[in-house]
Amino acid sequence: MNTEPNRRSSRRSFLALFAALLAAALRPLQTWAGEWNKAAFDARNVQEALKSAGILNPAASGDIVIKAPEIAENGAQVPVDILSKVPGTDTVYIFVDRNPQPFVGSFDFLDGAEPFISTRIKMGETSNLRVVVRAGGRHHMATREIKVTIGGCGA
Amino acid sequence: MAEPIRMRVKLEGDVADVRVLIGHPMETGLRKDPKTGEPVPLHFIKSVTATLNGKAVLTAQWSQAVSRNPYMQFRIKGAKADDEVGIEWVDNRGESNRARAKVPAAG
Repeated sequence: MNTEPNRRSSRRSFLALFAALLAAALRPLQTWAGEWNKAAFDARNVQEALKSAGILNPAASGDIVIKAPEIAENGAQVPVDILSKVPGTDTVYIFVDRNPQPFVGSFDFLDGAEPFISTRIKMGETSNLRVVVRAGGRHHMATREIKVTIGGCGA
Repeated sequence: MAEPIRMRVKLEGDVADVRVLIGHPMETGLRKDPKTGEPVPLHFIKSVTATLNGKAVLTAQWSQAVSRNPYMQFRIKGAKADDEVGIEWVDNRGESNRARAKVPAAG
């Protein structure tokens, strides 16, 4: 039996893997911040989501100002304003602890953008809203409970 | 075909206040079509980039938990009248859209 074609194709796939790894290693570091973090978005509980987003031991902070309703009648459209007073804020992450996938999104503030964002999110049920700020490689966190009258996950 | 992006830009001092409304269904994959009873497939914006005169100032990574027809407000420091603010998004199907708006004079 001739195994030559097999061997050749495995060599080819090894070369392809090597090229892919090399490309990943050479990619500039700054693009990493803006990558869509599949593991974090797919996580089914908030601890897993935080871990996958690289957020370890965030410190509770009073410098993160969250404006959101105490009671949201429509979980499909919950308005959230976030202002970070933490110096050197690079990124704001939003999590809803009790959503089926808690990681809602992240916002990277580059040159010129003020560390403020206003948006609307979906909440499946009453939950803690958890906001994490990354500043100079450190993580800061603030939470707020939002009561939801009609859940918005089927929306 | 992507729905339009609506933008409103206001200049306050040297800060451009930008409000954006993006037309997009942001389907969670959990909703059922009321007619057929079939689940509507996951369809959501994954990333958004905002620029000032072509230079990225804000990037966002989203899940399907951002509300339908996403709304976003942000502020860019160091802006002046006639600068150009741009918005671009890409969704999980690889569809995308972009829009631009001039910064008006303060007032």
